[in-house]
Amino acid sequence: MRSPSVSARQGPVLSRQRSQRRVWAKWVETFAKGGAYIILAAGILYVVGFTLWTMWISLTDSTLLPNYAFVGFKHYSRLLQSRVWQVAYINLFVYGVAFVSISCGIGMLLAVLIDQRIRAENLFRTIFLYPMALSFVVTGTVWGWILNPTIGAEHFVRGLGWMEFRFDWIVDRNMAIYTISIAAVWQASGFAMALFLAGLRSLDADLYNAAQIDGASPLRMYVRILIPAIWPIVASVLVILLQLALKTYDLVQAMTAGGPGIATMLPTNVVYDYMFQRGQMGEGSAAAVMLLMSLLIVILPYVVLQQIRRRGQAPNG
Amino acid sequence: MVESRSTGRAGGRFALYAVLVAFAAFYLTPLVVVFLNSFRSLEEITQTSVLGIPHAIRWENWAQAWGSYCIGGICSGISPYMWNSVAIAVPATLLSTLVGALNGYLLSLWRFKGSQIAFGVITFGVFLPAQMKLVPWAITLRALDLSDTVTGLTLIHIVQGMSFTTLFCRNYYVNVPADLINSAKVDGAGFLQIFRRIVLPLSPPILIVTVIWQFTNIWNEYLYGITFSEGSHRPVTAALMAFSANIAQAREYGIESAAVLLAALPTILVYLFGGKYFLRGLTAGAVK
Repeated sequence: MRSPSVSARQGPVLSRQRSQRRVWAKWVETFAKGGAYIILAAGILYVVGFTLWTMWISLTDSTLLPNYAFVGFKHYSRLLQSRVWQVAYINLFVYGVAFVSISCGIGMLLAVLIDQRIRAENLFRTIFLYPMALSFVVTGTVWGWILNPTIGAEHFVRGLGWMEFRFDWIVDRNMAIYTISIAAVWQASGFAMALFLAGLRSLDADLYNAAQIDGASPLRMYVRILIPAIWPIVASVLVILLQLALKTYDLVQAMTAGGPGIATMLPTNVVYDYMFQRGQMGEGSAAAVMLLMSLLIVILPYVVLQQIRRRGQAPNG
Repeated sequence: MVESRSTGRAGGRFALYAVLVAFAAFYLTPLVVVFLNSFRSLEEITQTSVLGIPHAIRWENWAQAWGSYCIGGICSGISPYMWNSVAIAVPATLLSTLVGALNGYLLSLWRFKGSQIAFGVITFGVFLPAQMKLVPWAITLRALDLSDTVTGLTLIHIVQGMSFTTLFCRNYYVNVPADLINSAKVDGAGFLQIFRRIVLPLSPPILIVTVIWQFTNIWNEYLYGITFSEGSHRPVTAALMAFSANIAQAREYGIESAAVLLAALPTILVYLFGGKYFLRGLTAGAVK
């Protein structure tokens, strides 16, 4: 950058300064690279270390404070037999199936509709996706009000004169879990829409044309040709929503706090309950490990499938 | 024949917009409900439900929500908790992004033996549920004497955010042409020089995505907040929950609505002004 003739003219003092500066720069480089390796190592240690730490605690008799006396799988077997854990998993299943299937259905419907060269596309997309920017605490609080029979929709409709109207799912033991699904669908279906739409838009124009020339009705065109063409994205969305369902915690906390009774308890709520309400650190950790195992059951097949697909595509670039 | 088909077409278009508008109404309803309620009095809401139009505009709700309503015995409104969240989210967003950029750079352009495995482990952190980390964090924060502090929560979010930021940046930097880096290495440029002169100038798109993603997630985070803070040290999400858990007073839905909107405002603004990048963050995490 500086021409060599300039430094030659200015004599040995400057060149010594420059060589000093070069030594300094080299030292900074080494230091920076070493620092980057240390940060990376810390990140790896965090992920692996904290996971193993919780697994270890799950095998001990820790209560309020960690206590590293080994007790084997006692907490696991006790949890598996406990009613609250079984109910939590049944709830998770009901909530998860409803949430994932309805979110995908609405997401696909909206993506296909928006794909019809509509006016105000950006406005619709912005409206459909904005719930993803909100926290589950906000979503849960507001939906909790709307679904609450004494101040929400039921009260409103009765105020209009239809006195027999009932909509009290949120306080009904058998139906409450579906109200959690409603709020979760509201929050995440726009996300499914956005990914599906991106997938449809990335398809070759030829595929659209070929499908149209075929003379198929628009509905058949999507069901037979276009949606199957984006199946990798559909699979991604399914997995992401499933893991979101498994991790749901705040939403239940804000809407029903697990009630009525334990009718809307999910595994995540049980984990927290054991760890910080009952002071059963060991049992809570065992619950957390089982939650992790459930997540792996969802994610691992997907990761393996993706690896196989990538390897299959590799020769073509 | 032709005519009936075109009216069928027009009818189809109409039905299409009708469905879209109906869904738009579904997504907007909760927002409109809290907005309207934030101007209504408690008597009005309990009489006619949360679905209704204010008879008179009550600005006091907003003033009380911001500055004087009592949450868990502290009568300071939502504002101090908003500032707590700012004090957590801003440094944690910036630092976790910086760390992610460095990690991503190291993992993509300075590959070493095992760098793929290192990346795999870090990515695993994206899926790891927070419940797996609560007890170790509790012990760590106690050891560092950072339990129940804003600094402790900031630390958690820097470390916790690393998996996401590394994933984003690494997947972006692998597309930097290797020749560019190699020729710089031949010219004697070092780790930091290449980062500053070549990689960083290419980075704004991914850094914006990362910053928006991190800020939104940290601002909206609740579990760490409720576990590791109490009273006046709470972030805003935890304070909102304490607000609604107030059994001592009758629930002030109007004031609470204003508080909910205030708490949601920062991420809504980020979404409205950076929606394109927000969406890119969502999909970057999803479709690798």
